[in-house]
Amino acid sequence: MPPLSRWYIKAAMLYLVAGLFVGALQALQQPWHLPALLAAAGPAYVHMLVVGWITQMIFGVAYWMFPKDTAERPRGNNAIAVATIVLLNAGLLLRVVVEPMRAWRPEALPGWLLALAGVAQALAALGFAINIWPRVKVK
Amino acid sequence: MPRVSAWFVRGSLCHLVGGFTLGALLLTGKGIPLGSGLWALRGAHIEMLLVGWMIQLVMGVAIWIFPRFAVRRAPQLSARTAWLAFALLNAGVVLVSLGGSLVGAGRLVEIGAAASFAAHLWGRVSPAGLSAI
Repeated sequence: MPPLSRWYIKAAMLYLVAGLFVGALQALQQPWHLPALLAAAGPAYVHMLVVGWITQMIFGVAYWMFPKDTAERPRGNNAIAVATIVLLNAGLLLRVVVEPMRAWRPEALPGWLLALAGVAQALAALGFAINIWPRVKVK
Repeated sequence: MPRVSAWFVRGSLCHLVGGFTLGALLLTGKGIPLGSGLWALRGAHIEMLLVGWMIQLVMGVAIWIFPRFAVRRAPQLSARTAWLAFALLNAGVVLVSLGGSLVGAGRLVEIGAAASFAAHLWGRVSPAGLSAI
């Protein structure tokens, strides 16, 4: 398995555990009188699982298992591949922190950080698509 | 991979990029006011990523890697059901994403895609070899 796939898959597993942990805390927020910030963590919880766990796991396994591009560049452009994993995780982490904070106290963090998080993740999706597209080969 | 699988995977990649772009717009709208109409894109965002990206990718990869004994028995019928599933799934995602009165029609078309996909794959779910798990 290539190193980048290992990073993807390990990060995906961390998001799985962390996402379920946030989901549990959110469910227990009222009965256990946990911080109100958790009540605003619903979208972050969902995206930790669908982006951080499922999509990231797909990216990692596809990067590993899809047919080779060329003998010289078996897994496509390495710079794009590295940028993809960095942008995906940086964007998602930023969202997970900023979105609940702003929903709880809008003045706590500037709104443009959410735009930055969204753009980073969209660029990650584009990078993955560009890199994997030539590896989708008809045989 | 078979041609139909390649189309499924390419279709899923298009929905991935489109769905994440809509998601970026929605997230931006939470931080910077972009107008109240932006929230109407949420349905398309969810549909493109859940059905267009994830479900479509799973279908494409399954058609690619599942055992092919049943395909050899009836290759024409098998190909037709797979292509039909591809066409119906993408038509369904587009209809649901357009929203309004088209959502119901899109969901029905997606049921047709799921049925066609199941008809294609059913016979290929077979014990081709021994497995430890």
